Amino acid sequence: MSVHQISVFLENRAGQLAQITRLLADNNINMRALNIAETKDYGVLRLIVDDSEKATGVLLGEGFILNMTPVTVVVVPDEAGGLASVLDVLAEGGIDVDYMYSMFPHADGKACMVFRLKDENAFVSRLTSHGLHVATKTELGLK
Amino acid sequence: MPNYYQPEIETASREQILAWQNERLVKQVQHVWNNVPYYRQKMEEKGVTPDDIKGVSDLHKLPFLTKADLRDAYPYGLMGKPKSECVRIQSTSGTTGRRVVAFYTQHDIDLWEDCCARAIVAAGGTKDDVVQVAYGYGLFTGGPGLNGGSHKVGCLTLPMSSGNTERQLQFMTDLEATILCCTPSYAEYLAETVHEQGLRDKIKLKAGIFGAEAWSEEMRRDIEKSLGIKAYDIYGLTETSGPGVAYECSEQTGMHINEDHFIAEIIDPETGEVLPEGSKGELVFTSITKEAFPLLRYRTRDICVLTRKPCSCGRTHVKMSKPMGRSDDMLIIKGVNVFPSQIETVLLEQGYPANYQIVVDRVNHSDTLEVMVEMAPDKFSDSLADIAEEEKKLVAALKTMLGIYAKVRIVSPKSITRSEGKAVRIIDKRKI
Repeated sequence: MSVHQISVFLENRAGQLAQITRLLADNNINMRALNIAETKDYGVLRLIVDDSEKATGVLLGEGFILNMTPVTVVVVPDEAGGLASVLDVLAEGGIDVDYMYSMFPHADGKACMVFRLKDENAFVSRLTSHGLHVATKTELGLK
Repeated sequence: MPNYYQPEIETASREQILAWQNERLVKQVQHVWNNVPYYRQKMEEKGVTPDDIKGVSDLHKLPFLTKADLRDAYPYGLMGKPKSECVRIQSTSGTTGRRVVAFYTQHDIDLWEDCCARAIVAAGGTKDDVVQVAYGYGLFTGGPGLNGGSHKVGCLTLPMSSGNTERQLQFMTDLEATILCCTPSYAEYLAETVHEQGLRDKIKLKAGIFGAEAWSEEMRRDIEKSLGIKAYDIYGLTETSGPGVAYECSEQTGMHINEDHFIAEIIDPETGEVLPEGSKGELVFTSITKEAFPLLRYRTRDICVLTRKPCSCGRTHVKMSKPMGRSDDMLIIKGVNVFPSQIETVLLEQGYPANYQIVVDRVNHSDTLEVMVEMAPDKFSDSLADIAEEEKKLVAALKTMLGIYAKVRIVSPKSITRSEGKAVRIIDKRKI
């Protein structure tokens, strides 16, 4: 069920992010989600793109340090309390989340959240048993 | 009125000093030949025997000793007396890769303390003074050396050791300390704190003896002005005993080397050739009275100039300039010797690329060390906590190796400048 997230090391230096987005654009790669976690000196850029294999090839070729991280995408009702209901289910089930962020809105009006988890199986079974939907790559239009 | 601790020695004629040096050198070479197999082998390799050394003019025939020799011979290989006759060990500050341990008989300690006593008296110290020793005590030679010298002069001695500024200032004011001994950067920091806390009127200091790190004439003027004292430089290294190898007199134009205990030479660091008086070159010391750690022709790597021009203080011993630099890549950070190669070793051990850069600066009168390290694929994770964990391990390993804290800054791979394939390893921003 997992989706590939590309995690890239990013030094806190002007132009680093611009260089990456430009590279992706030049190679016709579309970004679907983006998140940055940072300290004073450096950060980790987390990306979900439509063609992750192509994107990693391009970034590695430019000398970036990265890895592929499995993440899980959950479809969340796009309404007040939508995310809260999902997190309640996880909290009650004692499911740990390392970090999460949102995807860019999808055309069908559904909101999607990206989750990085310690135990994906427990997460998926907990959510599906509560009628929530974990999105597949195909549904998300990812290669 | 000049003050001497041992006037007959400090103002001896040049002929007398040379006579002492000739006699003591011959004796010392014999002592080393008989008791230090490591150096004897070096002499044999050079085809020199004690018979070849009749006096100071033959000194150039002897082989040099370097820090590498001290490392090879670690721990007891250069000891000149059996352990049963030695009473003390001192060491350079905490560096594992290049640690130097030095040994002392009771006689060695007496002579070392005499040297420090000369420095204190030259700075105006008498038995009426209260001497605050704010150098570190323990393995570091600064505290024990000045402490012993202060006792010899008969000063009331305050063995504060380093740090704890509040307590330093409380004792300084309550007990009316008159002479302060510490590193120049700490003196500068104390001076600033004195002003911040409005304690200037309560300070009774008249002199300071500051060493163990490089400092400029500008720093001297600042300290002198803000504390209302005269600031004296003192020089020494663990290898030759500690502080007191050389010290400043009231003229403040260089440090008199205690030539009855040490023979100083200036050499060309490239060729090893002895240079004439007045030339700038690497300072080499031969200990002619030390029993337990009798180093002959030890290369200090400090670059300076010697002068025997008569000094207005009446002392006849040769004067050395403040060290003007190093002939190797050693850095002195917070009084601790740091070699870039030590940092490289740690990085490789910890799995980081050896392409690093060291940035040394001085912030609020205290040296700072930052090591820029390139991110490695193995060390990367999508989790910041994991990266921080790796970084913490690296900081701990550097601390173990260097003995001081180094801030680590992780940068992009291959981002550290390589000019014509050779990276700039050291950026020293300190204005000293």
